Amino acid sequence: MSSSVLKISNVNKTFGGLKALTNVNLDIEKGKVHAIIGPNGAGKSTLLNVCIGLLEPDTGEVLFDNQDIIGKQPHEINQMGLARVFQTPEIFSELSLLENVMIPALSKRDGPFKFKIFKDLADEKDIMQESIDVLASIGMQDKIHGASGSLSRGDKRRLELAMSLIQHPKLLLLDEPTAGMARHDTNKTIELLKQMKEGGMTKVIIEHDMHVVFSVADTISVLARGKFIATGTPEEIKASPIVKEAYLGGGTHE
Amino acid sequence: MDFIKKRSDLFIMTVFSIAVFSMPIWLDPIGASYPDLLQKFAIFGIFAIGYNILFGLTGYLSFGHAIFIGVGSYTAVWSFKLLSMNAIPAIIFGTLFAGLIAALVGYVSLRRSGIYFSILTLAFAQMFYNLAYSVLSPITNGETGLTIAADDPRVLDRLFSDVAAGGGLPSTEIFGISMSGYSGFYFTAVLLILAFFISLKIFNSPFGLKLKAIKSNQNRMKYTGYNTRPYLITAFVISGMFAGLAGSLMAVTDPLAGAERMQWTASGEVILMTILGGVGTLYGPLLGVGIMKYLENIFSAINESVLQSFFAFMPQWLNDTMVVIITPFVGEGWHLTLGLMFMVVVIFLPGGVTEGFQKIKNRFTKSKEQEKLKQGDE
Repeated sequence: MSSSVLKISNVNKTFGGLKALTNVNLDIEKGKVHAIIGPNGAGKSTLLNVCIGLLEPDTGEVLFDNQDIIGKQPHEINQMGLARVFQTPEIFSELSLLENVMIPALSKRDGPFKFKIFKDLADEKDIMQESIDVLASIGMQDKIHGASGSLSRGDKRRLELAMSLIQHPKLLLLDEPTAGMARHDTNKTIELLKQMKEGGMTKVIIEHDMHVVFSVADTISVLARGKFIATGTPEEIKASPIVKEAYLGGGTHE
Repeated sequence: MDFIKKRSDLFIMTVFSIAVFSMPIWLDPIGASYPDLLQKFAIFGIFAIGYNILFGLTGYLSFGHAIFIGVGSYTAVWSFKLLSMNAIPAIIFGTLFAGLIAALVGYVSLRRSGIYFSILTLAFAQMFYNLAYSVLSPITNGETGLTIAADDPRVLDRLFSDVAAGGGLPSTEIFGISMSGYSGFYFTAVLLILAFFISLKIFNSPFGLKLKAIKSNQNRMKYTGYNTRPYLITAFVISGMFAGLAGSLMAVTDPLAGAERMQWTASGEVILMTILGGVGTLYGPLLGVGIMKYLENIFSAINESVLQSFFAFMPQWLNDTMVVIITPFVGEGWHLTLGLMFMVVVIFLPGGVTEGFQKIKNRFTKSKEQEKLKQGDE
């Protein structure tokens, strides 16, 4: 199993008397887009928080790139190559688009801390060129000096994706990337995700929106009451009677 | 490609240096050109520039920076007592020791953010203030304050020259140049320019951008791979060292140090100056210092008889009324004026005086742009 980027084995997590995750195993293969779906309260957020080291599981192991990430700080996990996109777009609203993208690029190059004040930001030509290229790839090259705080929600999401892209992460975790978006913005985001898929980046998408999941995922895992009840290709999941019963509500889905 | 516009540091620094060194000339018409006040401008300028690196860039509001002013002052006076009346070792030790204390205070206070950070720094300020009066009084000389005496050791001075015993109190100097009057101002001015240069470099560097990003969204910074704590501690120590430098310069101007310099209200003053001028901007804090120290100078000097002669052209009854109304706002009560002014700025110009200038500038450039657009249409 050398091709797995993230490997979760036998993870259990309880909150008080509530079993949030029961013997969860997950293997994310390199280069694949893996979607995790499930009804509300299935344990998706708990699983995500375990994956990013925010929650410590009661038992089990989380290996990212063959290294244990349990108990590691968020910045350490990012430096290892795991980037994450939040449910509500988390950007630096007071800064320009260019600066928003330069910050993750500098993090990738300089590591978690660097104190160097005698080289101006304006002289970081390589980082700047790279940032402009990434902004161009999401179609935002015209407004690089504009304030990012005034962007629409969909544009903020795309900016956040660009911030992750510039780090070339080994794994990108997306937490409901289209939550709260208008249809038009959702479609734009799907296009971007598809475009990123062609780049071969490994991604885990946690999502409610079936339209998004079925358009971009290679593999889908269905989580229900803290357990994975099915894993397969979008077609297999669509056809699976167990999934229909647990999640799609007996075939009412389009 | 559309890169960030590069401003020439050399140009900015030349203009800034000329502006600072020529202060005795261009401040003459408004009666602010005497060395005492100029030196005050420069010292508080250094303090505010440093404070702005922490508060302006990272958004962390510290009530504890007066500690470092105090530490800088005490260290400088001890340097005068033990080593030499030369100002250079005094400011070096003052700055370094303040940096050390800042690292300690910052290490503990920066475990929390927001209001809890502010409260922790406030607690530290109160602790240091009380320590200076109690446990540390062998070092600080308690309520009397630390002063120099004719029979101080001054090892270095005695090593290089025969200091006549029983002479009067020596004065601070740099290799023979006395640090009083204009020479004192020019010495402080050089350090102000240096402080401004460091601030300029920080503002334009990736380090400065990261501090701004921490202010904007610290959580995002962590998930972007940054260990934010060392960034914050570095910013805190730098601003503490600037405050230590300012404190030691106060001691160079007048070689005594007292605990009242450490009172948290002194930190409050630098917060007011920074906000008044424009927090987070490069020049704002300096503007704030200039405005506040100048007005303090004017308003605190006014008394009843000055007011009476000012309103002398009015009928006697009106003159009396005006004097009664205005008296509480001047002299000892000038803080009332300051409070009103501060309220007006915060309500109408939350970005400080700098924002006011920006608004005026935008109005001009916009109307010009619109004209251009119109001409383009025709």
